[in-house]
Amino acid sequence: MEGAGAILLDCAGQTFDDDAQALIWAVAAELRAHAGVLETVPGMNNLMIVFDPLRLAPEALEQAILHCWRTVVADTVSGRTIDVPVTYGGAKGEDLAAFAAAKGMSVAALVAAHVAPLYSVAAVGAMPGFVYLSGLDPRLAMPRRANPRMKVEEGSVIIGGAQAGIMPLTAPSGWHILGHTDFSLFDPMKDQPAAFRPGDRIRFTVREIIA
Amino acid sequence: MIEILSTGAANSVQDLGRFGYLDAGVGRSGAMDGLALEIGNRMLGNVPEAAGIEVTLFPFRLRFDSATAFAVTGADCLVRLNDRPLPPWWAMRAEAGDVLQLGLPKSGARAMICIGGGIDVPPVLGSRATDLKSGWGGFEGRGLKRGDRLALGPSAASGLADLPAGFGIDPTEIRGPAAETGQAGETTVRVLPSAEFADFTDAARDALFASAWQLTNDANRQGFRLQGPHLALSKKLELFSHGIMPGTVQVPPSGQPIIQLAEANTCGGYPKIANIVEADLWRLAQVPVGRAIRFVEIDRPAAIAALRRQRAMIDDIAALAALARKDVKHPEKSGTAE
Repeated sequence: MEGAGAILLDCAGQTFDDDAQALIWAVAAELRAHAGVLETVPGMNNLMIVFDPLRLAPEALEQAILHCWRTVVADTVSGRTIDVPVTYGGAKGEDLAAFAAAKGMSVAALVAAHVAPLYSVAAVGAMPGFVYLSGLDPRLAMPRRANPRMKVEEGSVIIGGAQAGIMPLTAPSGWHILGHTDFSLFDPMKDQPAAFRPGDRIRFTVREIIA
Repeated sequence: MIEILSTGAANSVQDLGRFGYLDAGVGRSGAMDGLALEIGNRMLGNVPEAAGIEVTLFPFRLRFDSATAFAVTGADCLVRLNDRPLPPWWAMRAEAGDVLQLGLPKSGARAMICIGGGIDVPPVLGSRATDLKSGWGGFEGRGLKRGDRLALGPSAASGLADLPAGFGIDPTEIRGPAAETGQAGETTVRVLPSAEFADFTDAARDALFASAWQLTNDANRQGFRLQGPHLALSKKLELFSHGIMPGTVQVPPSGQPIIQLAEANTCGGYPKIANIVEADLWRLAQVPVGRAIRFVEIDRPAAIAALRRQRAMIDDIAALAALARKDVKHPEKSGTAE
């Protein structure tokens, strides 16, 4: 429960589960159409459901959630696959060389490992248009910086812990900056302001490597 | 039009918030004291979600270009129309050239200026609220500056033509019985235990309800940091990122709680010990820095009942205000589109 009008459904285990996440998206889509449900917010192996408690009793919603969780069929094929071209290194990818050195890899090997996976957009949130991506090569996991930067530029291609990401706007961040993309992740003037939806897939491509 | 004559940068155009985009990472925004905005709007016969000005930094002054109905609600501050002092929670009509001035609050922290017809800024993602953190919505995506000129919606002067002295609402009606408002110098808010409540130590759970939590300087539209006893988990927790709502009380490793508010991020990862109930979020907006906050636990039926009572109170005020405005020929149009 997150107040009288929000419920958090949590199915997280020790590690992130892609199959559970596909179920989360399906449950989110189905519950969104339920009378009295206002918004559904997929997180990482969890789902927040925002509802009007004066129209929909929380006990009834809990029953609907459980029923939906047991019966829904995950749709794992309908997401789009979108290429995101990246300029690695240089002034807008200032951590690239140090990151490679810390991993005992060449810059070329690091970039190859970063572009290899097909990343999955598990959730969108925290800040407008920010994507939580699953699929990072575990070798590239790196604890966040002890001192976050107060300004990380929009379009920065970043790694924090076991997650890959892209900055949708200029904001503070403790993640490591490998490169930069011109791809726009968020436009408040559009009906669908976030460029990516949960279930979409992202393939990073190499525009240039500045050593 | 109205023109801003003096202001601080934290004062901004706000409505009841931006709905439907949490899953795109877009937070609620909207007035911190949504109750004050909604009641001010209903006093004027506006739609409940019409945009007004949230004033957190005082003094604030504006000038009306033309005859305009207005109401000032929220914090109990020294309000003057030209040289004439006005009581709190007062609605009336200003004439062209009149200057409205808000001085420091005697109690509370945030005042709402509601305007007949509402402030007419272009809606972004369905709302006129300023998202200060992201830099869009409201007036040019930013806090107000001296010299800003704001357009008003149609019917700016309606309603109060026959009521030159205006009318008011007794704010103690809004604030509720003393049992709900707490001791002098403290604000009591009702909470529901949150997902990780049971993962805190017995001492931490006791301290949450037994302590007076002081509001630190780190208090803005994103959230409030509180100071008090260290709240410890009984075991180490690593949570995946999950949706959070305004009113969520998180406990980061420092052990000092953070209350997420209007411009909170849509997702977070810290353990959640409690959630302030929706019906009491406005009380937090009226807590000045340094004042103490107390948490009282209630259950889910009580939280829903509190919300229901609040909706009924707003409807009662709207009905009385319609009578006061003598616009019984034009019954309330709340809930209809603008």
